[in-house]
Amino acid sequence: MKSINSRRNFLKVTALSGGGLLLSMVLPSFEANAATNVAPNAAADFMPNIYIKIHADGTIVLLAPNPEIGQGVKTSLPIIVAEELGVDWKKIKVELAPLDSRYGRQAAGGSGSVRGRFAELRKMGAAAREMFVNAAAQTWNVPAGECTAEDGTVIHKSSGKKLSYGELAAKAATMEVPVNPTLKDPKDFKYIGTRINDVDAHNITTGKPLFGIDTRREGMLFAMVARSPAYGKTLGNVDETATRKVNGVKDVVKLKNSVAVLATNTWAAKKGRDALKIQWNATEKLENSSDHFAGFKEILEKGPSTVGRNDGDIDVAKQNATKILDVYYEVPTLSHGQMEPLNFFADVRDGKAELFGPTQVPDGVRNDVAEKLGIPKENITVGTPRQGGGFGRKLMTDNGVEAALISAAAKSPVQVQWTREDDMQNDFYRPAEMYRYRAALSATDLLAWHQSAVGIGRGIRGDSYVAGAMVNYRSDSQGFTSNTPTGWWRAPGACTMAYVAESFFDEVCVELKKDPVAFRLDFFQKAKDAPVGRVGYDPTKYKAVVELVAKMSNWGTTPAGVYRGFATWFSFGSYAAQVVEVKLENGKPRVVKVYCAVHCGRVINLSGAENQIQGAIVDGINHAMFPKVTFVDGAVKETNFNTYRFLRMENAPLDIEVKFVESDEAPTGLGEPALPPVAAAVGNAIYAATGKRLRKLPFAEQL
Amino acid sequence: MAKYALSINGKPMSVEAEADTPLLWVLRDNLNLVGTKFGCGVAQCGACTVHLNGEAIRSCVLPVSAVGNSKVVTIEGLSETGNHPLQKAWEELDVSQCGYCQAGQIMAASALLKSTPNPTDQQIDESITNICRCGTQVRIRKAIHLAAKQLNTK
Repeated sequence: MKSINSRRNFLKVTALSGGGLLLSMVLPSFEANAATNVAPNAAADFMPNIYIKIHADGTIVLLAPNPEIGQGVKTSLPIIVAEELGVDWKKIKVELAPLDSRYGRQAAGGSGSVRGRFAELRKMGAAAREMFVNAAAQTWNVPAGECTAEDGTVIHKSSGKKLSYGELAAKAATMEVPVNPTLKDPKDFKYIGTRINDVDAHNITTGKPLFGIDTRREGMLFAMVARSPAYGKTLGNVDETATRKVNGVKDVVKLKNSVAVLATNTWAAKKGRDALKIQWNATEKLENSSDHFAGFKEILEKGPSTVGRNDGDIDVAKQNATKILDVYYEVPTLSHGQMEPLNFFADVRDGKAELFGPTQVPDGVRNDVAEKLGIPKENITVGTPRQGGGFGRKLMTDNGVEAALISAAAKSPVQVQWTREDDMQNDFYRPAEMYRYRAALSATDLLAWHQSAVGIGRGIRGDSYVAGAMVNYRSDSQGFTSNTPTGWWRAPGACTMAYVAESFFDEVCVELKKDPVAFRLDFFQKAKDAPVGRVGYDPTKYKAVVELVAKMSNWGTTPAGVYRGFATWFSFGSYAAQVVEVKLENGKPRVVKVYCAVHCGRVINLSGAENQIQGAIVDGINHAMFPKVTFVDGAVKETNFNTYRFLRMENAPLDIEVKFVESDEAPTGLGEPALPPVAAAVGNAIYAATGKRLRKLPFAEQL
Repeated sequence: MAKYALSINGKPMSVEAEADTPLLWVLRDNLNLVGTKFGCGVAQCGACTVHLNGEAIRSCVLPVSAVGNSKVVTIEGLSETGNHPLQKAWEELDVSQCGYCQAGQIMAASALLKSTPNPTDQQIDESITNICRCGTQVRIRKAIHLAAKQLNTK
């Protein structure tokens, strides 16, 4: 075993005052930062940079470095450390790590937490384990190779000697830090790949304060904010007379384009906010969703401006075709609708800011607060609680920055609470989009595929998997300028393109009388044997999930009274294939069962992984069937769940069967990849049941 | 402001609040019982579900002045140690994802099991109308069935 003691050490160790051991990793990408920004005596500030804390009393605390938004990383990331560290999962504690640049990317997004940290966390756990083994070996004066570590204890087999990590902590802290610790052989994994329940399960089921909305601090006021009621309107005169009379209201604070009311409780803040008389002036165009779609249509008829991909010659293929399919698909604007309405706590005073609340990007909140309030970053802390959903909404930092501005202006610690209506009207929406799909067909085959797309914002990029397997393929797109804001929404890009491309593929299958599973397998074979241009996926893995789900569902033997739809998609490094079963209840289709096969590399937590897949499928059914956002004169028409309809138990499938393709490869994304194919699989099943091709989301209003 | 004498989780509690304050905010802000969650404020999502004399109600639209002598039970009072069969089933089947709506789901389910000890899928469909954007409905259904089984074999 080697160790190095220069700045290039990636592992650092320090003794805790209580006799414990702190071990942390400085990632190479952050070394430059540390070298320039950190004072020479930085060792004194080393404490927060930790993944593992082992106290002398034997308590082992593992720190989960990424925000927990329901994707399960507060459980799955520590599992990786625990596996290599060799501790008893039932005896460890887990905490969310504080924001610290030495943790690297502390964000929740792009299904990136586990795939980004797997290798790093294994190494962390293994290095610590070796230090305990070496400490024990030295204590007993035996070769380290004769010692093994398990369940937080080092054992010397031949002598039967044992010492716990707690007992060894002080000595382990003096051990050299292994540079390349030996990782466990995956066949010896004890936790990775098994079912482990969420670490907060008991606290959730007993209603413990876990979420941002539960934040309570000494002297804290509750705030509600009047924001613009429509995109395109700005703040004019404010009459706060009635607000000041509301019992409990303490202060009214004007921001650039909003007014905050601070009170001793949430209800008083809401009543005070609602009592404001504000003149909102239309200073920009007040947009309508109907105009968006009319504009999209115009662009698609003319042809979008930007060519994404152009293989072969679709025009020649069209001339040789016996039939051209030419259809338009629409997807509406969507809100995020995470169950916990936005909120944030901020305490800004004396040139310092303490922030605590739901965000997928705590570092982004810190940067933006620093910029907007002129406070140095080192004087800003951002803590994240467990979060009531994210789905991309909290990749925006507006809720945190706004709370900081209000606290600074009111000179008071404040918890800003949004209502559902606030959340709906002030979102960064999944953009509305329209697609035109054209296929040139011969009597027996697909000759050319032409995808044209337009959407609010920068436009749509990406291709179906037929790109790479088709000789003649073209995709083009164009953005659409709007003052309605857009942002990331679970599986951005993929979540809409998969619906459109996989529905259209089904249309092609119907026209050519091809089996949807067999015809897709043909494409993956073509992409493997005779790739055309860049192939942006692994055809073998695609085939594996399609074949597995076909086997799971006994594809080809549909039970009586059941109608099936199929779709598959690759996103965030993972492959998902689904068979959706629909039954007609009083003439209306209901999804009763879904089969899903997934290739996501090695599964860390089988229970959590399955939950993510099942959840993404239900989420996909929900958004295929029910909600949409409609802008009317810049205002969102659907202001709450009474009109922004969400799936209920009566609309949910009774069962979702999930299987993972066995794999020794490093983990890939899991929070998003099962969502994209769902809408198409549901739509294809509804077509099978009713003969109605639904080229527009959401479905329920068309049935 | 007026004073209200309430019965919460079997204990008498006194609060001072405006008459129109929803029970939800009295629980959360006055009594610091934050397990009951705010989700929509219009009785749609069910995150705020509590029991009023044993029935599941949406506390976000019930003014404190209308509570009167009714017995209120929140998630914090559902069981002594979190050992209600539904809480145990929720843990055993690892139902939660983000977890935000689950207290409301459990309160809705526990009211159902009181009136219907062995509910069919259709009865679950009809009575559990809470929203969960994470999509945990499949596991929620299984957990209700599991808890019902355990309750009925006691």
